Amino acid sequence: MIAEIGLGLLWLAAGLAVVQAFLGMAGLRQPDRPDLGGAVRPVAVAQAVLVVAAFCCLIYLFIVSDMSVKLVAANSHSDKPMLYKVSGAWGNHEGSMLLWVTVLAMAGAGIAVAERRVRRDTLIATLMAQGLLALGFYAFLLLSSNPFERLNRAPQDGQGLNPLLQDPGLAFHPPTLYFGYVGMSVAFSFAVGALVTRDVGPAFARAMRPWVLGAWIMLTLGITAGSYWAYYELGWGGWWFWDPVENASLMPWLAATALLHSVTVLATRDSLRAWTVMLSVVAFSMSMVGTFLVRSGVLTSVHAFAVDPQRGSFLLALMLLYIGGALALFGLRIGTVREGALFEPVSREAALVLNNLFLTVILGVVLIGTLYPIVAQGFGQQVSIGPPYFNPAAGSVALLLVIAMVAGPLMRWRSDGMKAVLRRMAAPVILGVVALVGIKVLAPDIGTLPWLGLAVAILAAAGSIAPLWKRNLARTPLFTWGMVIAHLGVAVALAGMAVDSAFYKERLVAVDEGDTTDVGPFSVRLVSVEPIIGPNWTALEGRVEARRGDGAPFLLTPQARNYSAPPTDTSEAAISTRLDGQLYVVLGKQGQDGRWQLRLWWKPLVTFIWLGGAMIAIGGALSLVGRLWRERRSPRGGASA
Amino acid sequence: MRVLLPLLFLLSAPAMADSRMEAAPLANVQLKDPAQERQAKALMETIRCLVCQGQSIADSDAEMAGDMRSMIRERIEKGEQPEAIRKWLITRYGDWVTYEPPLSSTTLFLWSLPALLLMAGGALALGRIRRKR
Amino acid sequence: MRKVFLWLPLAVFGLLLGVMGHGILNPEQTTIPSKLVGTKVPAFNLPAAVPSHPGLTNADLATGKPVLLNFFASWCLPCIAEAPVLEELKREGVVIHAIAIRDKPEDVARFLAEHGDPYARIGSDVSSRVQISFGSSGVPESFVIDGKGVIRHQHIGDIQPQDMPKILKALKDAQ
Repeated sequence: MIAEIGLGLLWLAAGLAVVQAFLGMAGLRQPDRPDLGGAVRPVAVAQAVLVVAAFCCLIYLFIVSDMSVKLVAANSHSDKPMLYKVSGAWGNHEGSMLLWVTVLAMAGAGIAVAERRVRRDTLIATLMAQGLLALGFYAFLLLSSNPFERLNRAPQDGQGLNPLLQDPGLAFHPPTLYFGYVGMSVAFSFAVGALVTRDVGPAFARAMRPWVLGAWIMLTLGITAGSYWAYYELGWGGWWFWDPVENASLMPWLAATALLHSVTVLATRDSLRAWTVMLSVVAFSMSMVGTFLVRSGVLTSVHAFAVDPQRGSFLLALMLLYIGGALALFGLRIGTVREGALFEPVSREAALVLNNLFLTVILGVVLIGTLYPIVAQGFGQQVSIGPPYFNPAAGSVALLLVIAMVAGPLMRWRSDGMKAVLRRMAAPVILGVVALVGIKVLAPDIGTLPWLGLAVAILAAAGSIAPLWKRNLARTPLFTWGMVIAHLGVAVALAGMAVDSAFYKERLVAVDEGDTTDVGPFSVRLVSVEPIIGPNWTALEGRVEARRGDGAPFLLTPQARNYSAPPTDTSEAAISTRLDGQLYVVLGKQGQDGRWQLRLWWKPLVTFIWLGGAMIAIGGALSLVGRLWRERRSPRGGASA
Repeated sequence: MRVLLPLLFLLSAPAMADSRMEAAPLANVQLKDPAQERQAKALMETIRCLVCQGQSIADSDAEMAGDMRSMIRERIEKGEQPEAIRKWLITRYGDWVTYEPPLSSTTLFLWSLPALLLMAGGALALGRIRRKR
Repeated sequence: MRKVFLWLPLAVFGLLLGVMGHGILNPEQTTIPSKLVGTKVPAFNLPAAVPSHPGLTNADLATGKPVLLNFFASWCLPCIAEAPVLEELKREGVVIHAIAIRDKPEDVARFLAEHGDPYARIGSDVSSRVQISFGSSGVPESFVIDGKGVIRHQHIGDIQPQDMPKILKALKDAQ
């Protein structure tokens, strides 16, 4: 019964999306009938309420393990811990698409209730675009991916969830990414709304900014969490593989980062009008390209998820409709939008343009590199594009980007003097050069990219806090603090990547119980291997004692697990976090001579990667709160950013 | 980073059932000479696993990846150059097997991409700069 | 000129959509054919996998008559499905040599007893070395080799009954 109610609610919500789009259009056509446009807001809210209720129905079905529902039977099992029953609701294609529209509708309701900055007609046009957008996703769900489909005969029990997905990571990682993707759709709707009413200006930028910022925070968290999840789950100590699915989540982030900065230029200086609108469309299209790459099975990936070419075709059709439509509107309309202000060659906006340029180039490199194998195959060649291409090609531009990131906040809006900028940059640049030489002297064998990366990280760390120099810290606005922390986070993450790549230590050995080996500064002893039983798995657990020099020993317990539903072997790495890095231990197979395979890594400063990611997100959050706070106090404010 | 749902689904497919043999001698054991091991590891990180396709053989649990690691370590230990081994593999499996696209007329575009994009974007941005009178 | 710029994004997007649409129709291939088809088999010398059959060297693959070389393993499920088809090929007069991948003598013997034995010689390749040198990426996989020891055809995956004519034709072409 609950499944039928859920499906009914979904149909009703889809119907309301149609109403929302039509009311919006009618309201724009007949400005003399304010009741038409005025009705759009409550309809958007009602649509959100209905789809949230539908999503709750699905979660309920997973909680009670209703095996007569196809989705539950295919992805759940009554033995599963409660956390994974609930998160199983979105650990599959249909459920995750329902989560997508749920968040989309909630964002629409949020705009309808809270947005007061843009012109009334622009708001109506934006909500109209939101309604149309939601409609496409409802069609996708109801026509090709119905999450509430029943089975003719309910099986005894479900098939279970892939063990690799039975992890707290699943409860957290996909929803955060979806919030990010959907937040980009809000920026997209705003851009379409502004194009429809030719209202591209600072007010539009200020209305869009919190959504871009919010989405960007979520993408940052999602990518950071995903990276850490892959790091401890895949069991070889890697944290980024340039896999198509990883790139699929990186591309919207790159576009969102560029958009975040260009929207600030538009809000503050009324410059970059067409470019900001363009980026909003690009950012959302990258979210859809990302979803497409993950779902369509076009490229082979370690992380392939719910692959189905038919769904890929549906997503492609949606993209053609929405992105194609928006770009056509762009071509038609942007010529009639008054051009924004030009800018001086030495100014903060020039630095931000440089930032946008570098980000866009990285985006282009990642996009083309990811799709290249498909193109090459069309010409009869099978090629693989991986880290040896992306690291130098995208990494070198990323280093330039980080240097531009340091320069931007040290420059004044409108116009600045070259000499003054150089004076402000002097200390970080000198520090960077000293680091460049020092590192090469201390570690002559270091690879080029880690070497430059570490030096630039040191330059960036100093440069990021430079804007606070000689400032009254108590009176420094919250959003400036946010920027400083986020930029510092970039430096921290970069340092983590460079140090881990350059100085990690690996030890692969076969040992008897009681044997001692070493990795980096640690001596490691395999004490024993014992069988243990978990809720829905059995495992062999290694008891591994590690100590650094004469320090106190500590215990790590890597496991080789065996799940029964579905039958799968996994290895659970044991990770011990120290102040200066992580010790990573994996228990392998037992050889015929009775010795156990151990894989050990000492990964110095590897934690900085995710710490930096978290700092970037926290900086974003501070900035968001700071902006909203300031705008509440002075509705026209933000000009002094 | 992704909708990073790590499904090693290819690995768990029945066709990829594991043998009852132990891993090859040098699949999970490092070379004694750290310089040689570094060379071997760097090469392994750029060779694509044939069984689990989305990973390099350095990061793969597949048995065939282990056999390839063992082969690479043995040949490096005998003094063979990493690039010679890469070439040997490319003769057998084609360019697909290396994550490092070899420089050719088709990949020249790929390698010059950052520079091309920088120039195109730079030209576009220059148009928006106010000229000094 | 400016007009053209305004429509450039749509054009680029169209191109992107085209590439992705092309990708849907032709997803990235997961079978990696050997590039050695058309060249001489690599040199190898494998010991016998079971006492009942002699081992295999590259010289056994260049005896003037085309042969079928089958890579298989006792732990590989599709190999079981393939076994009766290989028997059928043997009845048609095809000489089949085999290389057992990562296998123990007792397991190979049990496999042959349970699923049939169409093989003339069986070499044992415990660390997949010869398999890699053939550019083969898994089991089962089969190569048609002509009388001079040149690889003429590769079949990836198990040979199913409907593949028999193709294999027989390749063997005939290799005469």
